[in-house]
Amino acid sequence: MTVTEKILAVHAGLEEAKPGQLVQAHCDMMLANDITAPIAIQEFYKLGVDRVYDSGRIALVPDHFTPNKDIKSAQQAQYVREFARKMGLLNYFEVGEMGIEHALLPEKGLVLPGDLVIGADSHTCTYGALGAFSTGVGSTDLACGMATGRAWFKVPESLKFTIKGKLRKWVSGKDLILRIIGDIGVDGARYMAMEFAGEGIKNLSMDSRFTIANMAIEAGAKNGIFPVDDLTLSYVKKSMQEGRRKDPYTIYSSDPEANYKQVYEYILDDLQPQVAFPHLPENTKNISEAGEIHVDQVVIGSCTNGRLEDLEIAAKILGGKKVHKGVRTLVFPATQNIYLEALKKGYIEALVEAGAAVSTPTCGPCLGGHMGILAQGERAVSTTNRNFVGRMGHKESEVYLASPAVAAASAIAGKIISPEKVMG
Amino acid sequence: MPEKKALVFKGRAFKFGDNIDTDVIIPARYLNTLDPDELASHCMEDTDSGFPKKVKGGEFLVAGENFGCGSSREHAPIAIKASGISCVIASSFARIFYRNAINIGLPIMESKEAAAGIKNGDMVEVDLNSGKITNKTTGKSYEAEPFPLFMQNIVNAGGLVQSVRKELSKGE
Repeated sequence: MTVTEKILAVHAGLEEAKPGQLVQAHCDMMLANDITAPIAIQEFYKLGVDRVYDSGRIALVPDHFTPNKDIKSAQQAQYVREFARKMGLLNYFEVGEMGIEHALLPEKGLVLPGDLVIGADSHTCTYGALGAFSTGVGSTDLACGMATGRAWFKVPESLKFTIKGKLRKWVSGKDLILRIIGDIGVDGARYMAMEFAGEGIKNLSMDSRFTIANMAIEAGAKNGIFPVDDLTLSYVKKSMQEGRRKDPYTIYSSDPEANYKQVYEYILDDLQPQVAFPHLPENTKNISEAGEIHVDQVVIGSCTNGRLEDLEIAAKILGGKKVHKGVRTLVFPATQNIYLEALKKGYIEALVEAGAAVSTPTCGPCLGGHMGILAQGERAVSTTNRNFVGRMGHKESEVYLASPAVAAASAIAGKIISPEKVMG
Repeated sequence: MPEKKALVFKGRAFKFGDNIDTDVIIPARYLNTLDPDELASHCMEDTDSGFPKKVKGGEFLVAGENFGCGSSREHAPIAIKASGISCVIASSFARIFYRNAINIGLPIMESKEAAAGIKNGDMVEVDLNSGKITNKTTGKSYEAEPFPLFMQNIVNAGGLVQSVRKELSKGE
């Protein structure tokens, strides 16, 4: 069995799980945000139950339209807050302690290796970086999950991505996942698991692994999943110190004879920075082929690339320099803790001195919610995950997806550029 | 055997392409409401601004591969359902959209042949029970992929909430 099949089987109380099989499985953690939780709560009440199955295993994170952008968003956030209070939820995170959900949950030790996690947010697949099976679902699935602790799944086929070698300077996990999506397409892994393996994984930082697993959904995948190694274990050891999860965790790995629909091989040394052109993440090009793309806005942040390493690289590139006149450069640390660490390490100071605007954590600009909406005809280079029509604002605006290094370099040049050209 | 309801829909087709994403179905800027009618009034507006007004009730939304890719927002199938569309026919569906549609009771059918053979404005008839799709304009008919029994039960119960509610009341 593959690691995905094993985790699904164990959580369904079965010896074995095969692709295509439908299973009812127990969930270790469940998540919703200020956009998806209101519908989930409404549906929850329709079930005729008055309490959640486990107040410690539901995380509600108001991160999308918060700090609230308008009255309607404030009403929705209030509805979520009141539900959390009424149900005595232990993992509700208010503005000031919250972060972008997919950076926050791992950081708080709410997701552990071998877990089965559902979240009413498509980027829930991020936690696969920790060797967990985690997948995005809708609000109704989450409502039923909150009441019963279970959800239904079709066991997915798996694609294996064997990673070899080491990333070159200024190249990161973002470039690898953009390249993969460019190769297999936005539905190349539809309904499947993307399993990452190979000796190259030890050369990928945890932050890079989170970025890669995060964007599995952009290839249509059900989940992305990494093996657990020493780096994972030291991350988990630290995250568990807060004591939000006390249950023991189990490490699963794929059997040597496990079945894969297809196996791909990627050599990290061959990879150069990538840019995904509008309006699909699969429109990926090597930066050397990007041409002259002038930008009005640069966004560095999100559940994809708002972690400490991302801010570090942005600060390294922007430090001592100035953003190009007229280019609005927005930086969003993904959690309060990341923000504080970046502050202590001097990254925030370097970014502000360069002319970047640094914000409290929010998903705002990534989905065209608030804090960085594009006008008609404007262009942004962004470290976020989607560049669909109208994603960041006007339907005639454009989003180019790239790594924090490319975004920071582009902020200086005023056009999409390789970090090498800015840094020499 | 699950109990089956007779469900036949007839109406015109609105045709769209591949990879219709959830930001196109319902832009995120409107996600500050739960009201189905308000969501419906913005359905598909970034790709076809007149769409909500064109749907009179009972029409079909026909699309290519990977319909509903992107976000997990249930607002997407809710907006389509509330707009008056009776059923979505596509070559394939993105997985979260697929389960959301089943969970909220928006009829969907997967058929590469039907999605390719139906043109914008064609008159279509769909029998949800048999999975038969007929293009009344061309006279051609197609068979959709049948739902597994487990999903059929959710659909027949009227959605996941009703199905789980039934299950929970049995347990008491």
